[in-house]
Amino acid sequence: MTAADIHRTILAVWRIEQPRLITSLSRMLRDVPLAEDLTQEALLAALEHWPAEGVPERPGAWLMAAAKRRALDHLRRTKMLARKHGMIACDMEQEQQVMPDLDSGLDDDIGDELLRLIFTACHPLLAREARAALSLRMICGLTTGEIARAFLLPEATIAQRIVRAKRTLSESGLAYETPRGEELSERLASVLEVVYLIFNEGYTAARGADWLRPQLCNEALRIGRVLTSIAPHEPEAHGLLALMELNASRTAVRTDAAGEPILLLDQDRALWDQLQIRRGLQALGRARELGGAGGCYALQAAIIACHAQALTADNTDWRRIAGLYGKLAALVRSPVVELNRAVAVGMAEGPEAGLSIVDRLAHEPILKGYHLLGSVRGDLLQKLGRHEEARAAFEAAAALAGNKREQHLLRRRAAEAANAATS
Amino acid sequence: MRFMYLVKHPGRSGNPTPELMEAMGKLADREIKAGRMLDCGGLMPVQTGAHVRIADGKLSVIDGPFVEAKEVVGGYAIFELRDKQEALASAKEFMQLHLDHMPGWEGTCEVRAFGMPDGQGECQAEVADTLAHS
Repeated sequence: MTAADIHRTILAVWRIEQPRLITSLSRMLRDVPLAEDLTQEALLAALEHWPAEGVPERPGAWLMAAAKRRALDHLRRTKMLARKHGMIACDMEQEQQVMPDLDSGLDDDIGDELLRLIFTACHPLLAREARAALSLRMICGLTTGEIARAFLLPEATIAQRIVRAKRTLSESGLAYETPRGEELSERLASVLEVVYLIFNEGYTAARGADWLRPQLCNEALRIGRVLTSIAPHEPEAHGLLALMELNASRTAVRTDAAGEPILLLDQDRALWDQLQIRRGLQALGRARELGGAGGCYALQAAIIACHAQALTADNTDWRRIAGLYGKLAALVRSPVVELNRAVAVGMAEGPEAGLSIVDRLAHEPILKGYHLLGSVRGDLLQKLGRHEEARAAFEAAAALAGNKREQHLLRRRAAEAANAATS
Repeated sequence: MRFMYLVKHPGRSGNPTPELMEAMGKLADREIKAGRMLDCGGLMPVQTGAHVRIADGKLSVIDGPFVEAKEVVGGYAIFELRDKQEALASAKEFMQLHLDHMPGWEGTCEVRAFGMPDGQGECQAEVADTLAHS
């Protein structure tokens, strides 16, 4: 094995073991940020020893022993020994068992600790970006450098974000909290928000760019799956997982070889990932069973599910989609959702019905400068044969579009409308 | 990246020991909860299956009995992982359970990445060399 191979192996083992390490240490230390620091030290120890001594036969147990040794040292140093004597004695016994008990890693049920870890990393006291960085680091085992690459930011920025967030948690006494019952449901929103932010960051990344960016989708999916297994009674956790699984099922066919986006209705459905669709539909079903069909994520997932279940684009159940957008619009009161509803209504009931919704949105401040308003309007006008108005709408939209590809597409549509108007 | 693990062993290696079953169950449970394992399953003995084969331009169905193969696929698992290194680390952990709980057992866990529609996955094989800064 070359040095680079060993390095990769260490990081791979690390990602598998890290949640168990950090949760075990949090339990000992009652301090998540401190547990994080010490597990990182165990990783550094592995990076130092394994290249010279070889990867140990049971790398997980090695890391656990190294991490626990550091935690015990810390407890001794900080004179907490007397106060926590009972607990330490018990942990020392556990530590001695780590080596001979081959399954110790499989026997620990870390669900509760992991839940605590996720809720600490996503504490509402922290800024969204800090929560995202901390989650990727503490739950997914990404290094600071990897997180920086994934978010296209300098490593120093991410490092600072993490340090500050950990300090905030420690200083505010929130370093070891477990929300339960109703509080858990309330706090869950700030967790789901972060998971979805991580997912979207990866989802919008262009192909061909650094593969770590699209990888964010998988990291978010992972946290989503973890959440549904440790908080199985939270419908929105299942709703978000469904939304992410269903969206991710189209990853391979969302862009063509040149990186140009392929619209959903034009995608080759045979290449949608059926395993992922099945998982998404299962999660959506679970959200519904738990009474969460009307949740924000579950509704969005249900809309995507309509597409996922249509064998061809022509078979899309637009009436149902329009109804789901109606419910979503009532829930989030967003003009952007309303615009999406207009598209679905236009498909279900005809362009006239869609246009009447779009025209009501024309003066929404949030949509001023939003090129998709003009794009949708142009499309509906074109279908109604009002080509000259369609041309004007597309041109106005092109002037507002942020990226070249979209500008190009909208200009082309304006030209098509102009041709239709003169013919 | 998505990986298929195919577990192969000599046809006559017997049923897994209860200890191995239990350990594998725990590992599967952990991997599902961690969001890495998407699917898994064990396969019935070769003798209960069938072969639909093309040879010499002819299609034939052989519904047993079969000549004993050197190695048969006993089960599979599908994982969503970051890279091949992660797949190897997790496959080693899985195989270690066999070593610990079913003395004398021999076999192979074949680790194969799924193909992507247009080879997109290939670029992911390049693994980040980022050092783990704390």
